[in-house]
Amino acid sequence: MIRLSIPLRQALSRLTLPVLIAAAFGTMLLGKADAVIAERARTMLSDVLAPFYAAFAEPARIVRDAVAEFPELVSLREENARLREENERLRRWQAAALALEAENALLRRQLQFIPEAAPSFRTARVIADAGGVYARAVLIAVPPELQVRRGQIALDERGFAGRVTEVGNRSARVLLATDINMRVPVTLEGSRARAMMVGTNGPRPRLQFWAEGTRPVEGERLVTSAEGIGFPAGLPVGVVRYSESGAAEVELFARLDRLDLVRLFDFGLGGILPPEAVARPEPRGRR
Amino acid sequence: MATVGRPEPSPSLLRRVEALARALMPPLIAALTMVVAAGPTGMPALLPAVTLPQVVFWSIFRPGAMSPPAVFLVGLLLDLLSLAPLGTGVLTLLVAHGLAVSWRRFLARQSFLAVWVVFCGFALATGALGYVLNAALSFTLPPPAPMLHQAALAAGLYPAFAFVLGRLHRMMVRAEEAA
Repeated sequence: MIRLSIPLRQALSRLTLPVLIAAAFGTMLLGKADAVIAERARTMLSDVLAPFYAAFAEPARIVRDAVAEFPELVSLREENARLREENERLRRWQAAALALEAENALLRRQLQFIPEAAPSFRTARVIADAGGVYARAVLIAVPPELQVRRGQIALDERGFAGRVTEVGNRSARVLLATDINMRVPVTLEGSRARAMMVGTNGPRPRLQFWAEGTRPVEGERLVTSAEGIGFPAGLPVGVVRYSESGAAEVELFARLDRLDLVRLFDFGLGGILPPEAVARPEPRGRR
Repeated sequence: MATVGRPEPSPSLLRRVEALARALMPPLIAALTMVVAAGPTGMPALLPAVTLPQVVFWSIFRPGAMSPPAVFLVGLLLDLLSLAPLGTGVLTLLVAHGLAVSWRRFLARQSFLAVWVVFCGFALATGALGYVLNAALSFTLPPPAPMLHQAALAAGLYPAFAFVLGRLHRMMVRAEEAA
């Protein structure tokens, strides 16, 4: 260390701060004039610190998770009370359902009601949209060992989707409920009134021909009706919605715009039209 | 003792190392806390808010441990860790250090509360200085909310730092008296 006289050293120490402040201004100018230097220094520093941060990342994450969990713990008690109350209510409903089921069984025994056989179904994959003579139809792949007939009912996982209209060796065409050619007899679940669901090629089929005095109620559920022997009774179709112009429409349960798989039910029904009465559509090329 | 009869091998060496450690500890602690605060805490204002209380505290109570070069280096680290323009942190910390050192004879005798109030002024003033420097360097007016947030955070963190660093300071004084 260089030995300096005491007054010189004092003067130097008094000078350090102004010199360093000047150096700070110099740094600022340097950083402003050449942004690459600052960027490179920052990168070097983060390279040096990266292992440190990596080592501390896990404990820091645990602490952050614990902190984030805290409000959840506070609300847990409230949630518990709410769930208990809900459980209580659901148990009451369950009791009501069990009682009704028992009563139903009792009444059926007294009426000698013949129960319907559970329908069998096959699931097939939708391979193409539309095509053919119909605006709203899908093509489904049918393996050769699968027996598909005209008039079978197609449902997706939520509700009624359409009817099989044409059957080939490896594929079948399903006419969707939204097609303008589709007519489905339906029952309003609340009032048991009958009506027709008429396709419009739009996303919501229209509801028509209900009996006088049984105006469909907004939000009422619709199920298929067995009238006309085209469909079995009680398949879920959709709910009643009124359009802005006041027309009764059906919001379908099935999501026809994104069909992946459909279930084909064979109810053994002949269909509205016997298969032989429907002429095969002429191939397009001969027009 | 194996070294009976020989003069003790420079007893001042150990003491010098100790003194060096005492002198280096405050800047090192500052650097360490800054690196931790610069981690992914989700609070970008934490880094400057952690730096300022330490610099001001040591400048008031132990200026030998926070010399201007050390302040310069701490400021440089602050600028590199944060994304502020290079040099602004250095300048604001140096100014704060200079003011604190020149007022230390008065401040060191005051109660904790008074020092805290003064520190709040420091936090606001350095925040304002940083804001002005930022605006001058980028030729735009940055939003003032982060600056206020940072000043409030620094003011709020000061008591915690003063408590811990005050303990440390007293330990150092005791060690120096014992030596």
